[in-house]
Amino acid sequence: MSVEQITATSVDPEVGGGAVETRARRASALRRLVRNPMAMTCIVFLAALVAVALLAPVLAPYDQNLTRVDLTNAKPFSGPFVLGGDSSGRDILSRLIWASRGTFLACVVVLVVSVVIGVTAGLAAGFLGGWTDRVSGWLSDVVLALPGTVLLIALYTVIGPSILIAMAVFGLLIAPSFFRLVRAVVTQVRRELYIDAARVSGLSDLRIVFRHVLIAVRAPVIIQSSFVLAAGIGIQAGLEFLGLGNPREASWGGILQTSFASIYQNPGAVVAPTVLISLTTLVLVLLGNALRDVLQVTAAPRQLTRRQRTELRDRLTATATPAQAPARDALLSVRDLHIAYPNGDDHTEVVHGIDLDVHRGVIHGLVGESGSGKSQTVFSVLGILPREAVAAGSIVFDGTEILGSDAALRAVRGKRIAYVPQEPMSNLDPTLTVGQQLVVGVRAVKPISRRAARTDLLGLLARVGIKDPTAVFDMYPHEISGGMAQRVLITGAIAADPDVILADEPTTALDVTIQADVLDLLREIRDERGLGMVLVTHNLGVVADICDTVSVMRGGHIVETGDVRTVFAAPSHPYTRELLAAATTAEVH
Amino acid sequence: MLRLVVRRLGSAVLLTLVVTMATYFLVFSNGPGIARAILGKEATQATVQAKVVELGLDQPVFTQYLHWLGGLLTGSLGRSYFTQEPITTMLATRVPVTASLAVIILVLTAVISILVGVAAAVKGGWIDRVLQFVSVLGAAVPGFIVAILLVLTFAVGLHLLPATGYVSPTVSVTGWLSALVLPVLAVLVGSVGGAAQQFRGAVADVLSQDFVRTLRSRGVAERRIVFVHVLRSAAGPGLTILGLQTIGLLGGVVLIERVFALPGVGDLTVSTALQGDVPAVMGCVLFTIVVVVVVNLLADIAAAWLNPKARQA
Repeated sequence: MSVEQITATSVDPEVGGGAVETRARRASALRRLVRNPMAMTCIVFLAALVAVALLAPVLAPYDQNLTRVDLTNAKPFSGPFVLGGDSSGRDILSRLIWASRGTFLACVVVLVVSVVIGVTAGLAAGFLGGWTDRVSGWLSDVVLALPGTVLLIALYTVIGPSILIAMAVFGLLIAPSFFRLVRAVVTQVRRELYIDAARVSGLSDLRIVFRHVLIAVRAPVIIQSSFVLAAGIGIQAGLEFLGLGNPREASWGGILQTSFASIYQNPGAVVAPTVLISLTTLVLVLLGNALRDVLQVTAAPRQLTRRQRTELRDRLTATATPAQAPARDALLSVRDLHIAYPNGDDHTEVVHGIDLDVHRGVIHGLVGESGSGKSQTVFSVLGILPREAVAAGSIVFDGTEILGSDAALRAVRGKRIAYVPQEPMSNLDPTLTVGQQLVVGVRAVKPISRRAARTDLLGLLARVGIKDPTAVFDMYPHEISGGMAQRVLITGAIAADPDVILADEPTTALDVTIQADVLDLLREIRDERGLGMVLVTHNLGVVADICDTVSVMRGGHIVETGDVRTVFAAPSHPYTRELLAAATTAEVH
Repeated sequence: MLRLVVRRLGSAVLLTLVVTMATYFLVFSNGPGIARAILGKEATQATVQAKVVELGLDQPVFTQYLHWLGGLLTGSLGRSYFTQEPITTMLATRVPVTASLAVIILVLTAVISILVGVAAAVKGGWIDRVLQFVSVLGAAVPGFIVAILLVLTFAVGLHLLPATGYVSPTVSVTGWLSALVLPVLAVLVGSVGGAAQQFRGAVADVLSQDFVRTLRSRGVAERRIVFVHVLRSAAGPGLTILGLQTIGLLGGVVLIERVFALPGVGDLTVSTALQGDVPAVMGCVLFTIVVVVVVNLLADIAAAWLNPKARQA
């Protein structure tokens, strides 16, 4: 056994484990499919159609071209022709049954052509990359930009009344939808697996990647097939309706054409073919949607109804000790704040009843690792949590309860409580200049003219340390640096002269050299205006540098709170001690 | 910006050339077949051959294409094999019909989809659920089937509107409008379903961005955030969506013109294709491709212009 073989085998258990896991997942996917009533209804309908197509000679009461002059334009349910007779006296039911064979064949052709071309090209582009990728990508874009129906009609002059060749061409035209799908999957799997494979064995095995790709690509291809078939049947019926099909063979679109031509003589004859065609395409689209639900777990958040929200709110606050009264001397007082997100039929609580007080002139640090609920707390004070979130408890600002009260929030948001975000660049509207969006913010809370706002803001921009305020005022966000963007956002926060600033990791995204400047700026603003501040951070250095009081947060709880010096000198909670120890070690290194 | 416009213009011209060339090679590949389609089944081999030579179909296809391209530059698309009418004249009488249909549908699609898409993304709830339902229906049921159902209901059943035919607006504006109501409605179901769903996605994307939350934190009114800031950012993707919608929409219009017997370009495409009038078919294909390319070019440029970063590049 060579070294390569050994290392290859040592990778194998990984892959083997993966395969076992996928087998289990496949089994559960199948079970979910069977349990999905929509998917099963669609599958049964389609299976019945296929059976009808295969058994047409047995099932059809009459031959497709049998004519009975006495039953010309016969009404549905009026005689031997159950669904009526067409203008040539042929049985519409029999013709529909016979025609389902053509539809079935065309579906096979469309699927084979589009899957073979699309999947092969997608695999090639994803694996080979380089010019193969570029050329096939360009070709796929060109094909997608083509007016397919018109081209298929034009091709009639060459191929004549052969609907199967036309549908093969349609398969070619729709192949890019598979191409793009497969190419994206390959690229993603390669990116993930190469990292793993390289770590384990130091070599990348194309075969392993290929196997994983085939597994990963299967579900999206099946889902897409359903949609492609729906489009195919629609196009096929359309072409036949235009008279581009073979006139000697019954076809769904052709039957519809004949019936439509005599719509005034026999309106009922139109019903069966229209219902059949639209029901089949509808079933295929519904099946695609159901398959997507079954095979791809979507993370779309579920929204609760108003009543469910109230119930959840009550449930959140019902637990544990009764909430304390808000602190009378505090500007902002949070009591027993819970935040939860709906999760399936249950909910996930991310903040478990915290208390927090903010005083005038004091910078309060809210410290903890990411995911501990710090930002969620800040958002709930401002009432800017995502729509599906549910917050319960009490947030009193200057004597008024603001949690859950839109009117109270409107009166304070941006005006008396301001927010400085974490990531400066993504928090500026990319389509507006710095000045335009600052003016929007100020004028939202202050009755002030555009010109006066501009004068004020230019002064503030200079105050926060921007060298050339007039130039920056007319720049777009992508033209300024991250540090400048954060100063702009701080300007936006202080422009309305607030009483409290909530700064969510205001320095994390910035260069180390700029971090200290921004912290100094925040301290100066506090000193000048005597406002209260909550500074969210995961960095104890920042807390030591600028904060007066601190709350340590972990897993949605505040585990310790107090004066910075006291907490740092004598931490009472083990987690605080851990944090401090980690910070000191980091500094030693 | 200028460089972007030039580049896009270049690729649009390239695309038009590639597609017309491919189509030309396909539809003109079988010279004797074309001649036979004109002369009928009983024609002898000799008369077919004579016809091939007469129409210049004996020359290499590439030479024929260059000749066609040269004609195009001087504003000529050749003559119909059957009526000897110049193709440009044939198109000129048909374009107004298709154009009125397409423009009305496109404008209505844009307006309705934007409103519904924004409402669904912002409000969620029942508007969103109705939209999901309608877009599934719209995506699933082909436009011409909707058209037939509309004819069955409003023309045959209720006698409210004309089932077929076209009235020029120069003759009667109300006649023109009532002739277009059903065709427009038939295509609209599908196009609004598709476009509104995508607009919803584009708006939801922007709504989830950080700057929207910051605007909210500044106390900016929700209505202003949605209609000024979010729409501005979603306009770029929105234009791309509409550009792509026109492609499918033109295919829908061809079928609709046949259902309602509207004498437009789609109707011309089908009747000339059935006849084997190859130069006329080629003219129709060219018209469709030019419309698709121009609309997408304009959408691309407008989307880039809305993005300050691309505008300044």
